[in-house]
Amino acid sequence: MAEELPNVEAAPAPKPEPPVAIAPEAVVTEPAVAADMPLLRIEAVVKKFGIFRAVDRLSLDIKAGEFFALLGPSGCGKTTLLRMLAGFETPDEGRILLDGKDIAQVLPHQRPVNMMFQNYALFPHLSVHDNIAFGLKRAGMARSEIDSRVAELVALVKLDGLGKRKPDQLSGGQKQRVALARSLARRPKVLLLDEPLAALDKKLRESTQLELMELQRRLGMTFIIVTHDQEEAMTVASRIGVMDAGRLDQVATPRELYEAPASRWIAEFVGDINIFEGQVESREAGRLAISTRDAGTVIVAEPRAPITRTVVSVAIRPEKVKLSRRGPVSDAVNAHAINRLEGTVTDVGYLGGLTVYKVKLDTGAVVRSSMANTARLDIDAYSAGQRVVAWFTPDDCLVLEQ
Amino acid sequence: MSARRTFTRPARLAAIAPYLWMVLFFLVPFGFVLKISLSQTAIAQPPYLPVFDLAAGAGAIKAAFAALSLDNFRLLVSDDLYVLSYLRSLVVAAVSTSVLLLIGYPVAYGMARLPRRWQSVTMMLVIVPFWTSFLIRIYAWINILQHDGLLNQVLLALHLVSAPVVWLSTDSAMYLGIVYSYLPFMILPLYATLAKMEPALLEAAADLGASPRTAFWQVTFPLSLPGVGAGALLCFIPIVGEFVIPDLLAGSSSMMIGQTLWLEFFTNKDWPVASAAAVVLLVLLLAPLVLYDRLQRRQLEGAR
Repeated sequence: MAEELPNVEAAPAPKPEPPVAIAPEAVVTEPAVAADMPLLRIEAVVKKFGIFRAVDRLSLDIKAGEFFALLGPSGCGKTTLLRMLAGFETPDEGRILLDGKDIAQVLPHQRPVNMMFQNYALFPHLSVHDNIAFGLKRAGMARSEIDSRVAELVALVKLDGLGKRKPDQLSGGQKQRVALARSLARRPKVLLLDEPLAALDKKLRESTQLELMELQRRLGMTFIIVTHDQEEAMTVASRIGVMDAGRLDQVATPRELYEAPASRWIAEFVGDINIFEGQVESREAGRLAISTRDAGTVIVAEPRAPITRTVVSVAIRPEKVKLSRRGPVSDAVNAHAINRLEGTVTDVGYLGGLTVYKVKLDTGAVVRSSMANTARLDIDAYSAGQRVVAWFTPDDCLVLEQ
Repeated sequence: MSARRTFTRPARLAAIAPYLWMVLFFLVPFGFVLKISLSQTAIAQPPYLPVFDLAAGAGAIKAAFAALSLDNFRLLVSDDLYVLSYLRSLVVAAVSTSVLLLIGYPVAYGMARLPRRWQSVTMMLVIVPFWTSFLIRIYAWINILQHDGLLNQVLLALHLVSAPVVWLSTDSAMYLGIVYSYLPFMILPLYATLAKMEPALLEAAADLGASPRTAFWQVTFPLSLPGVGAGALLCFIPIVGEFVIPDLLAGSSSMMIGQTLWLEFFTNKDWPVASAAAVVLLVLLLAPLVLYDRLQRRQLEGAR
């Protein structure tokens, strides 16, 4: 098997999607230069069901060797997009270029692309071996070659000894592996995974995510996964495209997506976040003062992209909100605690590795703070009813315009 | 403990009910038929001997048992008439079932792929002939097929034939009647298996490089085999014993076993031979019946 290592270094930061101003036509006009042509280029693709636009002038480049995740709520069009890549749906407009060739109208059985189906779609009348061999037989491969390739795949997905079983004699996790092996058998240029882990329980899902990543790295194949689970997308993918209402709202690395979401919607969709609405009051020395109703005046670092509106949202992730007891505070707190909010702990959610606190501020608003439980004994823990100071640094705040 | 008992008693009765039904309406009548098949013809009322007379005492019953014989079965084997009737029945049933499969499969397949709304409409169309009496529908075919019937008139009008064709009282007419009458019994089980097939399986086949034709033969067809089996047996078994359609539409040169039975029973008044013929027919059909039962059971298990 080819042991080429894919280039998995983080993709360059994509230009932030312009809010709404630019006409969609403008997105398309990048000239296709053969030299740095991506493996897969989706160009202004539209798919309509009746008058509903499931995918709406969507463009996206995916490089060879990437593990790309399409993330979005149900009904956002991510599965439709994946089905267009597989060939089960035909785009109404736009082009899908694979290796520079337009495959938008190519029938599914003639595409060098394979898909792992959400409910696995294993052939119930065929054994594990025959399920995996199905695509190889269609390719007209010799029997001996098929057998050795199937044996290789069975070992790869750790299904040794189960070759003769029928799908209904397998557990959920085993079925998932058969589906994976079957979709890998033809060594597709792109492997499409439609919610591949949705049917597994949490523990198994997490270990399978790691296996999937390792597999992708080892095979150097291009994977595109569709999921509504943002943790799953962040875990496995090197790049994530967040979809909503048929469009890509942001394409970024997991870290960028989490730490620099392009919009309030994405900030709230990906992970947990505290949001205070307010107005820009003043700016000096790279800092903005934003007056909010819920948290008073919040000092934030000025974002790189200039702020054009006066009404903005200040957003801060719970793990960046620290809690301290009232009274004399440590030097560390003094040095950074430009933003200090006083309140009372109302809820304590102990999750093992971390504890999530809800603090009701004196203004009436609620702030969530999550703190890692770094000590076994509860010296640092707070309890409901306790008065605390919630504080955070200007650098940890995000300013979102929409 | 007592609560459990009151719960299980109706349940146990419910489990026994089908067996009770079988014993009362199948096993007991079959016992009568079997007994008659071992008797001798007699000009009497009933037209066979011996007759068990429980009032006559144990000795008489013992004598009656001694009088039973396998003569009628020997007659069935020795006379060509019966052997040929059985053979013809099996051939007619096999040919009809094949034709039914060839017509029924594409129809069921088409139905299963229609949008949901249209599926129930076509289902209705398949079932609607049942609203008219079976006999009336067969008489309607006689009307259509007769010398100056609709079929000949159309053919003449289209100048496809120059003189009326003889349709009625031919094997073609009989096959037409059988296929027409049994088509719903073929379509419905086929449709049931095809409709519940996951569409994703065909997508998976296409994804793995199977053309639509290959996908059909590699995935759809093998998965529909339980439906094919159920439909085929559901048609084959009753067609073997079919009496009305061959009697009304086929010629009189050769008979199916149902007709032979009728003849023995009502024309010749030879109840014992007729009973023997019926017993043999049942034994002949036992193999496909057991097969059908097994398929049904496997399908039930698969559904669980």
